[in-house]
Amino acid sequence: MSAEQQPLPEEPTGAAPEEPLPAWSLPADAVDRISLPEIWPGEITRDWAWGGATGAGVRVCVLDSGVETGHPLVGDVQKSVAISIDADEVLVEDPDTAGDLCGHGTACAGVIRSIAPECDLVSVRVLGAGYTGSGPVLLEGLRWAIEQGFDVINMSLSTTKAKFTGLLHELADNAYFKRTMLVASAHNMPVESYPWRFSSVISVGSHEQPDPLAYYYNPAPPVEFFARGVDVEVAWMGGGRLMCTGNSFATPHIAGIAGLVLSKHPELTPFQLKSVLYLCASNVGGGK
Amino acid sequence: MTDDLHASVAAGVLGTEASYQELLNSIVEVARAIFKAKASSILLLDEATDELVFEAAADEESEKLVGMRFPSSTGIAGFVLVSRQPLVIEDVVADPRFSRETAESTGFVPKGLMAVPLLHEERALGVLEVLDRPADARFTLAEMELLGLFANQAAIALDLLQRARRAQAALAGTGDLAVVARLAAALERRREEDEPDTAFRLLDELERLLR
Repeated sequence: MSAEQQPLPEEPTGAAPEEPLPAWSLPADAVDRISLPEIWPGEITRDWAWGGATGAGVRVCVLDSGVETGHPLVGDVQKSVAISIDADEVLVEDPDTAGDLCGHGTACAGVIRSIAPECDLVSVRVLGAGYTGSGPVLLEGLRWAIEQGFDVINMSLSTTKAKFTGLLHELADNAYFKRTMLVASAHNMPVESYPWRFSSVISVGSHEQPDPLAYYYNPAPPVEFFARGVDVEVAWMGGGRLMCTGNSFATPHIAGIAGLVLSKHPELTPFQLKSVLYLCASNVGGGK
Repeated sequence: MTDDLHASVAAGVLGTEASYQELLNSIVEVARAIFKAKASSILLLDEATDELVFEAAADEESEKLVGMRFPSSTGIAGFVLVSRQPLVIEDVVADPRFSRETAESTGFVPKGLMAVPLLHEERALGVLEVLDRPADARFTLAEMELLGLFANQAAIALDLLQRARRAQAALAGTGDLAVVARLAAALERRREEDEPDTAFRLLDELERLLR
């Protein structure tokens, strides 16, 4: 195990077009250049969105308590790192061999793999150093994850500290523009916490049905989608399984479905991905 | 300075720690009864040491835990505190590594637990836990909401408890403000004993002395 300084940001691996596209305005002769590679059918169905998809080729990051690699419900974890801060210096421990300190990250990873079995999983551990300092570590972990250009980041965490709000907002917008979909657990209490309240992320609450692919669009945000979050059998530490309830188990269901869609349609931007998720929601497209 | 003075006066007249402790005990008792659980407890975050401390517990066995501390990132309670996310977990005993050290040191290994963060304004103050609901009771989102409501109440009580402790610390100090605080406390006691004009008599005496 070695602790190294934060590496320089890598280029995102999303499906970026080869020729630079107009960014700030659209001259008349450039209209053809922004024609989208995706052919959208008249009706967006689940079959179009993720029929036959396995998550292959999609990189999903679990920003959490660590993931137990090799767990029967999780399988291999392609990479595990741990973020810490020592005297204002951000340390990225690569590889992180501590596994999962609580069980929660393994649970989320298992849910994602149950939906998108062939996605790549990367664990970014931001917990374990105690409560004090957990806010800055969460921020730096998210920053690091966005720099890696993951397709999806699953975040069952939030902070209530107002001083982090601005920076978190900036990071969430960065992710959105770099084609990284942040999927974050909403609060089920009347609490101001972030980043799930930002419109650049997908926020997820729970419904009570046992169907892992049943999910609903909420016409009264800030919570945007409801997914399975009650009595979910999840992976836990030591190769175990537990029955768990909470929005933090609903979130990886949507992260997994997002992974499926992106594996079939890698060109989609977060805006388009959200639109597809909306159109295929159980209460919108009727789950067709 | 004005704020300090206000705080000192407030310190003298605030409720005692014991009365807030009673409130916390009452909250865990009600939480246990409503969820028909075996035990319930409140853990307070001690920011100075980054530890969670058992502050109140609803059953005799768990009452022994009060005062016990463990690192703030330990197990489920630690996760709930740091992530601000409530969790409900069944069959925790089936997990070979579930907070083993903490559970064994407390002498109580639960089969299931509900844990919810105690959030007040932008601070996470601690965690409310409800342990071992009846095995046949399916968990619902309505219960999650109820748990959240309890947590809100517990968070307010914890905030008051912490304020009372800070106030008591100010009262026990040795500076000029501690004198003001003690004066305010003495006057408050007199008021409780139906002698409301004590303050004016004291002022008269002071003026005579300073003349």
